[in-house]
Amino acid sequence: MTVSVPLWPAMLGRFGWQDLPFVRAWENPTISEIIGAFAGALVVVGAVVVAALLTRYGKWRYLWTEWLTSLDHKKIGIMYIVVAFVMLSRALVEAVLMRMQQAVAIENPGFLSPDHFGQLFSTHGSIMIFFMAMPFLTGMINYVLPLQIGARDMAFPWANSIALWLMIGAAGLMMASLVVGEFSTGGWSGYPPYTERAFSPGVGVDYWIWAVALGSVGSTMAGINIACTVYKLRAPGMRFMRMQMFAWTSLCTSILMIFAMPPLTVATLLLALDRYLGFHFFTNDLGGNMMNYANMFWLFGHPEVYILILPAFGVYSEVVSTFSTKDLYGYTSLVIATMAIAVLSFTVWVHHFFTMGQSANVNAAFGIATMTIGVPTGVKIYDWIWTMFRGEVRFTVPMLYALAFMMTFVLGGFTGIILAMPPLDYLVHNTLFLVAHFHNMLIPGLLYGMLAGYQYWFPKAFGFRLDERWGRIAFTCWVVGFYLAFFPLYVLGASGMARRTQAIFEPSFRPWLYVAGVGAFVLLAALTSLGIQLWVSIRDRAKTRAEAGDPWDGRGLEWSVSAPPPEYNFAVLPLIDGRNPFYDHKHDKGQPDPYASPAAYEDIVVPKGSATSVVIGLAAAVAAFGLIWEIWGLTIVALQVIVAAVVLRSLGRDQHRTIPAAEVAREHEAWLTRVRATPAIPRQLETAGVNRGLAEIVA
Amino acid sequence: MSEPELAHAGLNLGNTGALTQDQAENAIFGFWIFLMSDAVIFALLFATYGTMIASTVGGPTPASEFKLLPAFVETLLLLTSSATFGRATIAMKYDEPRRVLFGWLGTTLGLGLVFLALEANDFATMFAHGAYPMRSGFLSSFFALVGLHGLHVAVACFWLVVMVAQVCAYGLDARVRINLLRLGLFWHLLDIVWIAIFSVVYLQGNIG
Amino acid sequence: MSDRTRELRTYAIGYGLSLVLTVAAFAMVRWPSFGAREIFGGVLALGLVQMAVQFRCFLHISLKRSSRHDLQLILFSTLIIALMVSGTLVILFNLRGRMMG
Repeated sequence: MTVSVPLWPAMLGRFGWQDLPFVRAWENPTISEIIGAFAGALVVVGAVVVAALLTRYGKWRYLWTEWLTSLDHKKIGIMYIVVAFVMLSRALVEAVLMRMQQAVAIENPGFLSPDHFGQLFSTHGSIMIFFMAMPFLTGMINYVLPLQIGARDMAFPWANSIALWLMIGAAGLMMASLVVGEFSTGGWSGYPPYTERAFSPGVGVDYWIWAVALGSVGSTMAGINIACTVYKLRAPGMRFMRMQMFAWTSLCTSILMIFAMPPLTVATLLLALDRYLGFHFFTNDLGGNMMNYANMFWLFGHPEVYILILPAFGVYSEVVSTFSTKDLYGYTSLVIATMAIAVLSFTVWVHHFFTMGQSANVNAAFGIATMTIGVPTGVKIYDWIWTMFRGEVRFTVPMLYALAFMMTFVLGGFTGIILAMPPLDYLVHNTLFLVAHFHNMLIPGLLYGMLAGYQYWFPKAFGFRLDERWGRIAFTCWVVGFYLAFFPLYVLGASGMARRTQAIFEPSFRPWLYVAGVGAFVLLAALTSLGIQLWVSIRDRAKTRAEAGDPWDGRGLEWSVSAPPPEYNFAVLPLIDGRNPFYDHKHDKGQPDPYASPAAYEDIVVPKGSATSVVIGLAAAVAAFGLIWEIWGLTIVALQVIVAAVVLRSLGRDQHRTIPAAEVAREHEAWLTRVRATPAIPRQLETAGVNRGLAEIVA
Repeated sequence: MSEPELAHAGLNLGNTGALTQDQAENAIFGFWIFLMSDAVIFALLFATYGTMIASTVGGPTPASEFKLLPAFVETLLLLTSSATFGRATIAMKYDEPRRVLFGWLGTTLGLGLVFLALEANDFATMFAHGAYPMRSGFLSSFFALVGLHGLHVAVACFWLVVMVAQVCAYGLDARVRINLLRLGLFWHLLDIVWIAIFSVVYLQGNIG
Repeated sequence: MSDRTRELRTYAIGYGLSLVLTVAAFAMVRWPSFGAREIFGGVLALGLVQMAVQFRCFLHISLKRSSRHDLQLILFSTLIIALMVSGTLVILFNLRGRMMG
């Protein structure tokens, strides 16, 4: 914990030379400090390299006009996922460092200082939840949802972009903390009074507060956008009970976002008031009550984990149905289960702090509610299993992830039921048992789901398939790595090893920590395999083109358009007459041919790109940076920029462009011609080179 | 999907076409959802206040600080402003002369600004008594709750001024109408939050 | 009666009722005639009624088809708010009761 001497308070606030990791490593060259300096250097070098490449290839204008200022939900979705992958890489490396430290530091100090270790577990958790998982699922919903419900875009394209840029700005703050200053050592949950000024006077907690606060505002905006999209932009004929399951889980996820993010915003802002203005919400003295924070944080925290898992459940529904070549079993029960999970998730939050001191009756009530919420998830698992039963199951990479999920996630669910019982929770609260449990939920649940979705919808987004072989290699590493890295933690936790420990004094823990350490490296190999997969896929993309748009014989509307889809998604908005309109039209000779030319085309209005949303998101991050470093002038100016951008946007009138019907017709007819020239391939060959995106229809 | 009838009161779009009708419904529903998320924020501040009302630490208490008369006057000001905004909405919807619309909007703004001035005065008086937020948990929670509401009213006043500028620039086109309606929702909801504030904070503080 | 007159009347009724409910609540506290518990209960009840009046008269929320989605949203929000607020109060008061001193 460093509090450096301010260099130039008027212009640089509380910045001092000691705030640079390079200076700290120079003055005190321990391995811990050198690693910190290396990480900071990597951020700087990375930024310089990206800028240099953009300049070398002359891509600045292209990047700005085609991507950064775009309001197209597809581009925004892809940008979210790109950020997620970058942040996944950082947080995974942090995890490897922590596993190495714990394997090494048994009755010796290890190579990471306690302060550095504290920052690592704090950044790891914060990044994985707020800057990997949330962007990944938000991006996936952004990309797929409008296509699935037959809409041209999300309900509020400009707000969509603002939400993206708020998240990017917040992620930028996380990266900035590597280069200048330090990060919080208070964990991703930031409990006071440790995170109050009295105990954490440095900039670390402030970085955490503002990164999380900005991210939470962005997520709330995204939630509002998604809910409104589902409510108001469904294609004609698409009643709620005709939506794909991914659309249903997107809706319920958005409802959770809308109602669960505000508690986080309140908790972090009240903590900020304590730190900046000396208020007494959570302080030790003058009437503060730290238990209020825990209560409020977990009012957010519990629905948050359902925000993380519901989109994955949606992906699994899509994947299991498609690759079992069968309609989903028990659609209605899946819908009801999803809604039940959404509502019940607001009734169980106390299980995150059973040990805080409430009476046994209060704990018991919440324990029962917690066990109840396992039931709808169980219903879903059974529904997926029954979907596979007597289906023609194809073991493609997305399906492999779904199968691994079903088996592994259920084991983690059992440990959740154990933790739901207060007397058992008292024994393992804040031990590695808990850590194993939630990683058991998040990795096979959320991460496999996102990776399955990535693999599944990649051909739609980019027009060519991902390499199947490297996908299998990555999958194997993710599964093996997960078991090796986390199952030993159940044993360790049950044996009493606490979480977040930088040094261990119990030699009998050694073999388990070694296995876990190996697992971390296997997981790193998994991430590397994904990178190789992407590189190989791009290199070989000529061989895996899927422009006809339907490589897997899919059910939803998203498969009925070209790959990649045109900016306006549908040349003519579809009329929906059933639950799987595209699939039924393909497979039933009596139905209209989904690839027939439409009778008439119309002009289509699409939003133009906007710089104001980029400005707002980044200015918010700049304002936060000013607050962190006490450069008040910077904050004031940045806030004024935000207000000006909003007012300017509201006064603008030339914010759409019309694509003439003739151009729509030309694009669409050209694609239809390509489709008719594409050979339809049977499902057995769907991962082979011959799959050009058109599925053979077996009578 | 949209209903064929007029989806939201006050939204006379005339012959601006079906597309705008859908956009209007979309925009207004989205704003409602935002207002609900805002309501949750206020609800949590109320809950925090409820758990900290006793944390006076030997300092100022609700009874010592909250006077009924100023609270009553502020309530009347805000309530009336809500009604005058409604009247302005009718002026917009039924195409009354521009100066009538501006008159009612101006009245609303005036009432809002007087409300803020009185509230600022209240706060200043409290500070003079040593009742500032850093004094105790109770005062922290009071100033967070009532202060956030005041901040919202200030934003609404600023937005009102921007709306007048928009009307001057573009007249009452579809987008300006939708924005005025959203501001109306915002203004009415702030009065509803104030009902909770005067009940839970000012009235509760003066009981017994 | 024209639409415009009808709308004016709705706002006027809303305003009038709100005034009455406000004065009643303040009067209950200013000139107390019951115990503290009853007064507070009364104040909260009057407040809730006034909120409903304003939702109906100023915000045009009703059981009509056109405001169905809005009504669903408001009811769901009320449920979540009730859960969060009541849960918080129960838990925190339980904790306070179990603290020493």
